[in-house]
Amino acid sequence: MLTLTVNGQQKQVDVETDTPLLWVIREHLQMTGTKFGCGAGLCGACTVHLDGTAVRSCQTAAKDAVGKKITTIEGLGGNHPLQVAWVAEQVPQCGYCQSGQIMQAASLLAKNNDPTRAEIVAHMDGNLCRCMTYGRIQKAIVRAAADMRAKSGA
Amino acid sequence: MTHIARIPGRSSLRRRSFIVGASATGLAFGYVAANDIKEALAANSFGPTAWYSIGPDGVVTVQVGKGEMGQHVSSTMCQIVAEELEADWSKMRIALPTNDPKFNDPVLGALITGGSWSTRMNFDTMSRAGAAGRITLIEAGAGLLGVKPEQCRASNGQVIDTKSGKKVSYAKIVADGKASKVWTPDELKAIKLKTPDQYKLVGVSVPQLDIPPKTNGTAKFGIDTMVPGMLYGRPVMPPVRYGATVKSVDESEAKKIKGYVKAVTLDDKTATTSGWIVAVATTYEGAKKAADALKVEYDKGPYATVSDQTLIDEAKKLQQSEASGQLFVSVGDPATAISGAARQFEAEYTTSINIHCPLEPMNATAYEQGGVWHVHTGNQFASRTGGIAAAALGIDPKHLVLHQYFMGGGFGRRLDADMVIPAVLAAKAVGKPVKVIYAREDDMAMDFTRPLTYQKVKAGLDADGKLVGLQHDVVSAWPTARWGIPEFLTPSVDKKGPLDSFTVNGADFWYTVPNHKVRAILNELAQKATPSGQLRSVAPGWTFWAVESMIDELAHAAGKDPVDYRLAMLDGAGDNKGGAKKLANALRTAAGRAGWGSVELPKNTGLGIACVSSQERATATWTACAAVVEVNPTNGAFEVKKLTVAMDLGTVVNPDGVKAQIEGSTLWGMSLALFEAAPLKDGALQVSNFGDYTPLRMSEMPELDISIIANNDPPSGCGEPAVTVVAPAIANAIFNAVGVRVRSLPITQAAVRKELQAKKT
Repeated sequence: MLTLTVNGQQKQVDVETDTPLLWVIREHLQMTGTKFGCGAGLCGACTVHLDGTAVRSCQTAAKDAVGKKITTIEGLGGNHPLQVAWVAEQVPQCGYCQSGQIMQAASLLAKNNDPTRAEIVAHMDGNLCRCMTYGRIQKAIVRAAADMRAKSGA
Repeated sequence: MTHIARIPGRSSLRRRSFIVGASATGLAFGYVAANDIKEALAANSFGPTAWYSIGPDGVVTVQVGKGEMGQHVSSTMCQIVAEELEADWSKMRIALPTNDPKFNDPVLGALITGGSWSTRMNFDTMSRAGAAGRITLIEAGAGLLGVKPEQCRASNGQVIDTKSGKKVSYAKIVADGKASKVWTPDELKAIKLKTPDQYKLVGVSVPQLDIPPKTNGTAKFGIDTMVPGMLYGRPVMPPVRYGATVKSVDESEAKKIKGYVKAVTLDDKTATTSGWIVAVATTYEGAKKAADALKVEYDKGPYATVSDQTLIDEAKKLQQSEASGQLFVSVGDPATAISGAARQFEAEYTTSINIHCPLEPMNATAYEQGGVWHVHTGNQFASRTGGIAAAALGIDPKHLVLHQYFMGGGFGRRLDADMVIPAVLAAKAVGKPVKVIYAREDDMAMDFTRPLTYQKVKAGLDADGKLVGLQHDVVSAWPTARWGIPEFLTPSVDKKGPLDSFTVNGADFWYTVPNHKVRAILNELAQKATPSGQLRSVAPGWTFWAVESMIDELAHAAGKDPVDYRLAMLDGAGDNKGGAKKLANALRTAAGRAGWGSVELPKNTGLGIACVSSQERATATWTACAAVVEVNPTNGAFEVKKLTVAMDLGTVVNPDGVKAQIEGSTLWGMSLALFEAAPLKDGALQVSNFGDYTPLRMSEMPELDISIIANNDPPSGCGEPAVTVVAPAIANAIFNAVGVRVRSLPITQAAVRKELQAKKT
């Protein structure tokens, strides 16, 4: 039995300790916003935050998340500037990769609320979008960053 | 191979009535067969299967029979209904129906989503459904207001008395519960729909209804299905794409894995698949480990030595035989015209095997409850997939319900039904619900691919460089013929039996060529060894690769400007009346915006052009692309700097949605042109994950310039056509940059370097 802290809540899960965090979140805890895409750290669909850092949950053993704060798309609040921008720019097509895209982008903006285009591309290039909504993802990140700067008075 | 020769429940809506009546949840609106009216009007039997309904809160829920895979078609269908219904956009909601034939496409007579057909084929039916609802609500609302319907109009979810200005909301009319009407087919047909100047929603970029849940994790995909007590399955894929059989399964190692239940060797009566096992466990991680731990002995079957080269060799052999294939186009006498021409031209064009790999891997959840089987999966062809699931179980399709979900990408992959087979057979074997999820490696190995294609063109030019004769042979597997549904095949011009036009569409282009033959040739070996499918844009993805590369080569051979050369052939003569001139305008738009003939490009940078009438001649969308490509003349490295796309698709329901589709499909075209190939070796696809099958990523995205030509023509499709125009535009740009021609997709640096070296020697 492992104890995990997901979106501020303590969860007990009965899993093998090497189980990828992805399956613990998706199937054991039934929080299905986090997606399975490749199981190999190649697509980014399963991205969540561990203590604020974006990680591929398919490559993270459940035991390595013990004692850390896990944040999933469900824990982002729904009105995060990125989520607002994602709607404003009408980013998603099929939508399957977008939880991972938003979580990946959130870890960038948490450190840098005025990223250059090159910094955005470098940070996001590991996240595959098979619908290829990349142009809109870039625009939404720029929009959200501007929104965050405006709110912080920077 | 056993085919499902009929689509279960295939039907036509052409002679259907439309009824409006009270239901358990409000007011229901729906098409029904004339003889079902009484039954439909019976209490509570109608509401759950209505096409749309309005609740006492005024919320309009549309049952969208089209699969939602990111093209926002579900929102588009709501937009079309809302326009004529005069509904409040903020009150529109999407519902995804089951495989019940009541929701069949009005033109196709089945639940199928593909071909960039949806808006074109559903616009009229959905408009009439909305209009009939509005008129019925106006009549009921006038009654509540105590005035005549003639003096009322509807707007934004309200009926308004134009004399007094008094209003009554749709919510109130529904709560009143008296609105009821049966529309006969003739009355429906007689409804005068809005003219474009009256549109309030069509042509407006209203926010897509499916987007908000896709930003907060609440959108439900098939893979998100949870059923109490369910087990998990992961398939074990055979060592070859098709033809293997399982000889023995050793479970000894798998049994050591926590939660392991059993290995189910699939006896697939539909022959969709072969040589499969599914490992079942109480968790997915357990099923995944168990699948890896099973030791399986196979008979690899008859196709274990087939490779790309085998398929190409077979294709060339078939093409060289006069007896092969059937004619798709036959105009004049090209053989004589070419032999007598001032100049002859021959070329071969090929495309690789490609896979779909939508980001949501194939999956399905199945269980039996009270004598009815339930299968949960996002699917593009619910009518057939439900039939396949039932056939795999050996039950009547009417005892199987397919539950629809948002699809985490479709691109044609989810037209196929393989994913339901391990789910239903495992659920049957263990007597419990089972969710089967393909690992990415499984998904790639078992793709129903874009087939490898080989095309040979022979052309003749007269002394002025005019194309006077063309023979175009297309050799490939026939993906749509594989379905075994006669309605999807096309009679051949030479009466040699039906052909799969979804392998040659596009070759019947809108250029005027006086002598023109197109031959469709089935590569039987490829058909058996590598069951193929419909990959976004299907045939025009390869036919226009050949045609638009060739036309460019001919223009250069004739010493003509490639845009002028095309425009001269788009003369609109004879059968090409109308369409050819629209295509010419799209071509001029893309060329003009890209600065064709006026912009000065740096050395070793080329501007290339192409134009297409994808998807089918009867459903053409007019699309052109200009590509700017910079090439390193020493090592062949190249970079696509910019793609300029112009598209005329008639009536545009949601301009931003159309733009999103063009953005995605343009990048898809580039990705297929440069980055994607699934080599076949020893009978198996040599791809495993996104490390070796590498769709375009953000860093590889060029600048895009997209122009939408909107007019009042009937709406056409926008999800696929741009896929087909990009590859030839890029190849033509490479030629204009450094003078070398690549005729094989994907275009690689190695291929360009090889041509550069050949040119030097």
